[in-house]
Amino acid sequence: MAEIYELGIAAIRSGVADGDFTAKEVAETFIDRVSAAKSLNAVLVETPDHALAAAEVTDKAKAAGETLGKMAGVPVGMKDLFCTEGVATTAGSLILDGFTPQYESTVSANLFKAGAGMLGKLNMDQFAMGSSNETSAFGNVISPWRRNDGGNTDLAPGGSSGGSAAVVSGRICPAATGTDTGGSIRQPAAFVGITGFKPTYGRCSRWGTIAFASSLDQAGPMAHDVRDCAIMLESMAGFDPKDSTSLDLPVPEWEAGLKSDLTGKRIGIPKEYRVDNMPPEIDALWQKGIEWLKDAGAKIVDVSLPHTKYALPAYYIIAPAEASSNLARYDGVRYGMRDLPDGAGLQDMYAATRESGFGPEVKRRIMIGTYVLSAGYYDAYYTQAQKVRTLISQDFDKAWESCDLLLTPTAPSAAFGLGEKTDDPLAMYLNDVFTVPSSLAGLPAMSVPAGLDGQGLPLGLQIIGKALDEQGVFNAGLALEERAGFVAKPEQWW
Amino acid sequence: MNMTESTYRIQGATGEWEVVIGLEVHAQITSNAKLFSGASTEFGAEPNTQVSLVDAAMPGMLPVLNKECVRQAVRTGLALNAQINKYSRFDRKNYFYADLPQGYQISQLYHPIVGEGKVEISLDEKDPDAHGKTVGVERIHIEQDAGKLMHDQHPTMSYVDLNRCGVALMEIVSMPDMTSPKEAAAYVRKLRSILRYVGSCDGNMEQGSMRADVNVSVRKPGDKLGIRTETKNVNSLRFIQQVIEYEAQRQVDVLEEGGEIVQETRLFDPDRNETRSMRSKEDAHDYRYFPDPDLLPLELEDDFIFDCKASLPELPDEKRARYKNVLGLSAYNAAVLTAEHETALWFEELLETTDKPEKIASSAANWLTSELFGALNKMGLSIEQSPVSPQQAAELLGLIADGTISGKIAKQVFEIMLETGDGAAKIVEEKGLKQESDTGAIEKVIADVMAANEDKVAEYRGGKDKLFGFFVGQTMKAMQGKANPQVVNELLKKVLGPAG
Repeated sequence: MAEIYELGIAAIRSGVADGDFTAKEVAETFIDRVSAAKSLNAVLVETPDHALAAAEVTDKAKAAGETLGKMAGVPVGMKDLFCTEGVATTAGSLILDGFTPQYESTVSANLFKAGAGMLGKLNMDQFAMGSSNETSAFGNVISPWRRNDGGNTDLAPGGSSGGSAAVVSGRICPAATGTDTGGSIRQPAAFVGITGFKPTYGRCSRWGTIAFASSLDQAGPMAHDVRDCAIMLESMAGFDPKDSTSLDLPVPEWEAGLKSDLTGKRIGIPKEYRVDNMPPEIDALWQKGIEWLKDAGAKIVDVSLPHTKYALPAYYIIAPAEASSNLARYDGVRYGMRDLPDGAGLQDMYAATRESGFGPEVKRRIMIGTYVLSAGYYDAYYTQAQKVRTLISQDFDKAWESCDLLLTPTAPSAAFGLGEKTDDPLAMYLNDVFTVPSSLAGLPAMSVPAGLDGQGLPLGLQIIGKALDEQGVFNAGLALEERAGFVAKPEQWW
Repeated sequence: MNMTESTYRIQGATGEWEVVIGLEVHAQITSNAKLFSGASTEFGAEPNTQVSLVDAAMPGMLPVLNKECVRQAVRTGLALNAQINKYSRFDRKNYFYADLPQGYQISQLYHPIVGEGKVEISLDEKDPDAHGKTVGVERIHIEQDAGKLMHDQHPTMSYVDLNRCGVALMEIVSMPDMTSPKEAAAYVRKLRSILRYVGSCDGNMEQGSMRADVNVSVRKPGDKLGIRTETKNVNSLRFIQQVIEYEAQRQVDVLEEGGEIVQETRLFDPDRNETRSMRSKEDAHDYRYFPDPDLLPLELEDDFIFDCKASLPELPDEKRARYKNVLGLSAYNAAVLTAEHETALWFEELLETTDKPEKIASSAANWLTSELFGALNKMGLSIEQSPVSPQQAAELLGLIADGTISGKIAKQVFEIMLETGDGAAKIVEEKGLKQESDTGAIEKVIADVMAANEDKVAEYRGGKDKLFGFFVGQTMKAMQGKANPQVVNELLKKVLGPAG
């Protein structure tokens, strides 16, 4: 039998339910894994007590013969963008240094209600702005993966949910929460060979999740496989009257609905996703994915999403615009860091606090956002970008006339080395080229690990579905997963 | 009816100048909770005790629209005969200040909830129809209030009270339709009256529930609009008028000295009765308005608007017309009784004691505006605090009407009512104030009076008809004022015969 630490959500849950091991044993196993993985710098705050307390509740419930929650006995890692009651929350930024929320985000509260415990708060790109986890104020997360060239180059786990990606792929946590604004769940999932799911915008409440770009931010699960993602998303999602953009719909039973037979489904292959300079290995994997889905009974159709090339520019106007406003509250007055130089007035304090509290990437995006909203530029940038956003949504609507789901690569490359792209923000932004359009349209999408490149690094394929059709995405993901047979794991070196 | 050409002019060295005024009135919406949070809005609480996580802009907090505030804004719009926009949207107005934790105010720039409407104003409160004017309303939008800075708590530091932060405001923007300080005051007074009728704002200017940004420009009559200045946060009718007077004169002086008016924001200093530049257009904030992505567009259903309309009370203009035309009140009484909703409600409660209100309306109105108002004024009470209830007043008026007591005795009875809270009939009974209408008894007294004043009787009959009052007075005096004056008059005329 596999070691407990190798197990995912479904296996742990049934192991606990069947009495193969206790929730406490599970918690202790992963608590040890977390404390032994410090060199990856993936966990900012370890919360063993939280995991143990949740385990105790589960074990007692089990002993009493009570019905166990969907996540009973499963300890998870929590991206540090989720406010957690009594546990320091920083969003990867110095400006929130010392901030301990007195409230629990809806998503984390939902998970805890379902029986999950928390192993720790996970490192991430500062305010979720980044694609490599290199913008964290608390240092890079190092991917558990290494190239097969024996060079031991430290690789990026992707971002912004880099800590989540690292702990799940390193079997340090059985699953973790992520958030996805333009690809921040899917791209890191692809980089580390795990499954990551971004639901329809509004499925998961944003209440208590530190905002980056409100109209795009969505929480989602990062886990071993499709089934685990389905289980976890069921626990995370749900209508929340405290979030006006939350969808007032019941949460479907995605796990129960899993089915890899795609007979009757039409899978669209968008031609615009064949970008220049894409590594041939990724193109080849995409072709394999097409064959796998055909094999699962789906019909493949060519579709066009003509405005795809404008998605990234529009995204890098809309997201910074919202961020520039969302991040105005970090002013050194009520919480977090305060930099008050001698004799400073109010404006000086704002400036000093924000100067020392925000990292360069956050400042860059605040500057971009401020610029595009400025008088005289608003129409040329923000208004245009919103029009593009509408056109992108219409592209998808058009595509849905001839197909049910889309298959694309998740990212245009495998994981890169830390520091390789930090000097070139635009090259970094290009990582999101395949994930951003579905974010702009608010559609559900997931990354499924599908193969390794020549350097032995994971590559992911992305399934995009219609709004609210998470089930369709899960099912196609499952069909890929079954056929890809991806079992590669990073060798433990840390 | 339109007001005749405004007579308010600034006399400058180069001739007459006309003043153009527009007002942005910020009215706090009456609601228990704030616009986007559940925190209480009660006035006067300890600083920072009515602050939710949302108001304090804690990380990850989100606004949720308070439907009651929307309802009140729509009802207000309907009361101003305004266009209700079924689609509206919230925008963020971004700027950094210590009283604004979010770093932005949620407002409605691009798509306000209420469009164009109008307010009928009058310069003559006593007879509104004679000097009426229509002031256009450009729009009403809803927005959050900011917190309050306190500079007097510490020698070197300022304190912040976030209790007001997030409280719902309506900003009611007028057209530049007013041309004198008096018109501006009449507009605010009327607006306040309507808001209080509707119940969407308590209109309490001292507590900051209503305040105005005053836009003023001047021009030579017939010229195009001049450049305006905006004086922020003026919180009384008197100050609004002072701002206009000061600003208009200042602008005329600047222009006549060959200067130019700068479009700018100014502050009013009531101690020195002057306005001062706060910031010019060049340093104006760039607020970087954009749609708030935390909130969905606000879409109103027809049913909702219909229900808002159905919930409106009779408004002051309609009520005034009804008082005049149906109840037969004088223009003055109709205007005075409808200016405040509470007065009208009190009056109507009084009328409800009878099946035929039009029969007693005029006498009741006269009594209210003279006796009751006089008494309340003296005691420093509002009509809601009146020690005499409308039902008690009706009883008193009934005793006058059926001749049980005279108007003069009624004053006496009313005073006792105010002191004791007793009913009029009880007082009349106990104090023996019932009026004597028995002709026999009165005739007897008249005979005595005539016997005691034979010389005066002769003078009267000799043509000195002014002595008639003397006989009335003597008779009344002999009967301790309780004789029915009408009966006394009739009997005296009969007994004395024609004068001369």
